[in-house]
Amino acid sequence: MRALIRYAPALAFLLLLWQLGSAALGTFLLPPPVELLGLFGRSLLTRLFWEHMGASAWRAVAGLALAWGAAFPLGLAMGHARRVDRVAAPLVFLTYPLPKIVLLPFFLTLFGLGDAPRILLIALTAGYQILVVTRAAAARLDRRYVDSFRSLGGSTRALVCHVLVPAALPEALTALRLASGTAVAVLFMAESFATRRGLGFMIMDAWGRGDQAEMLCAILAMSALGVLLHEGCGGLERLFCRWKRVETGR
Amino acid sequence: MSAPDVSGITGVMGPAGLADAAGSPGLGDASARPARRGLALRVTNLRRDYGQGPVLDGLSFCLNAGDTLSVLGPSGCGKSTLLTLLAGLDRPDGGEIRLEAVPPDGLRSSVMFQDYGLFPWKTVEDNVALPLRLAGLGRAARRERVAAALEEMGLGGLGRRWPARLSGGQRQRVALARALITRPDLLLMDEPFSSLDALTRARLHGTLLDLWRRRRPICVLVTHSVEEAALLGRYIMVLSALPARVVAWLGNPCFGAPRAASHPGFFDLTRRLHAALAAGAARAGAKDSFRADGTSGGAGGAAAHAGDGPCAR
Repeated sequence: MRALIRYAPALAFLLLLWQLGSAALGTFLLPPPVELLGLFGRSLLTRLFWEHMGASAWRAVAGLALAWGAAFPLGLAMGHARRVDRVAAPLVFLTYPLPKIVLLPFFLTLFGLGDAPRILLIALTAGYQILVVTRAAAARLDRRYVDSFRSLGGSTRALVCHVLVPAALPEALTALRLASGTAVAVLFMAESFATRRGLGFMIMDAWGRGDQAEMLCAILAMSALGVLLHEGCGGLERLFCRWKRVETGR
Repeated sequence: MSAPDVSGITGVMGPAGLADAAGSPGLGDASARPARRGLALRVTNLRRDYGQGPVLDGLSFCLNAGDTLSVLGPSGCGKSTLLTLLAGLDRPDGGEIRLEAVPPDGLRSSVMFQDYGLFPWKTVEDNVALPLRLAGLGRAARRERVAAALEEMGLGGLGRRWPARLSGGQRQRVALARALITRPDLLLMDEPFSSLDALTRARLHGTLLDLWRRRRPICVLVTHSVEEAALLGRYIMVLSALPARVVAWLGNPCFGAPRAASHPGFFDLTRRLHAALAAGAARAGAKDSFRADGTSGGAGGAAAHAGDGPCAR
């Protein structure tokens, strides 16, 4: 509820811009808000829409979860243990500049035309972002916290659980939140061909048929997905990192 | 202490099983571990070198159960290194740290730091409960002991607070509660009150002495404050600048007196400590030493002088 209230003024401003844009471009190119939102609302009642939405949401969430599952532990290991970092860091930073999206056709050849290549692509893109940030956060941890923990007689597993993870979590979750934005962009690209499911397909398909209104509906839906993912990650931050907001006085 | 019992552990120490989990909650319960009598900490010729010259060079002293030691010295002279070695977080390059007459269920030691002792991502309760949790104590028992510990420290309602919301004095009291909750035999403190204002520090001195009286762990307190050393140490060891050697080992006649700062010998003691500090800084580890009566000693060797401590009897 609070999210809705926070977004309300910005939404109102965007709607105003939209209305002005619609007047400027004509109602075919850009239907006015009321009309398009009505259309959007009607499509929410169709099963087809939810199939597409579901497919996109599944790919995005699965990709992000996979990214987190691989990148967060690896980032912690690299940031904390110099031996691991010496081996892994060159590998990571050599491959980091490569735009992973470029690998899509390669993945499609390797893994077929289903969800797998697209999820993998999202995971790879988001994963690098999370990895780099987590590694930096773990490396930045003051060694005195580690000493303080060791003086309590804790094992290394306990160190990970009680010190390394919670210390790096706020920054890692922020990286996840940012990565969710990139994930939606990659999702669009990954869905825009060689599939018949997903919002990306819906956009390109409507565009190909010249159905402006449906294309814009799908674009709206994709934006909504992005916002939901973003807020979801924000929710994770609020859940697991309350201490950080106390510290920064927010 | 003529024939030391060599059944003790050398080197690494840490919290052992909490055998007296059934004991009463809170921090001070002298009845729980009677086997501690006779416990002694014996440091012989301790040496630590990080590759740029020795930080500690031939340090020796001895402490019995019920003793407290203030370690005084200029900044960067290796006082913290000494504590790290005593805590078992590091191994010495030479010499030995031996604990004698260690109780059958192992030795418990705790360290209290100046800062970075409390974890900001844990509440006060969780911070204080952590050593118990690592030792495997159950949740209900932990909660009970933590609540009692916080009560004793006057931190009653603050269990669910985050450390960032506490004042410096409160934070160090939580750190002290955490250090004492495992009922340690050896309490090591690394400038625990240095970042606090004078009034809070004075209060915490009183709190520490109170708690210590009830439980009597061996305390080693590193400090750069002469007054604090004189208030809290039954013995005071003054270290020289690098490489750290014992410049002076003084017994404290005012220790444990009700208002020690007003004790007649207090000012004299602080005067002698200042002189020893100055000499140590000037001579950077010379073998001359100051005797307890304040006169300058000959080349008797600092190590021999520290042996005049209680363990030589």
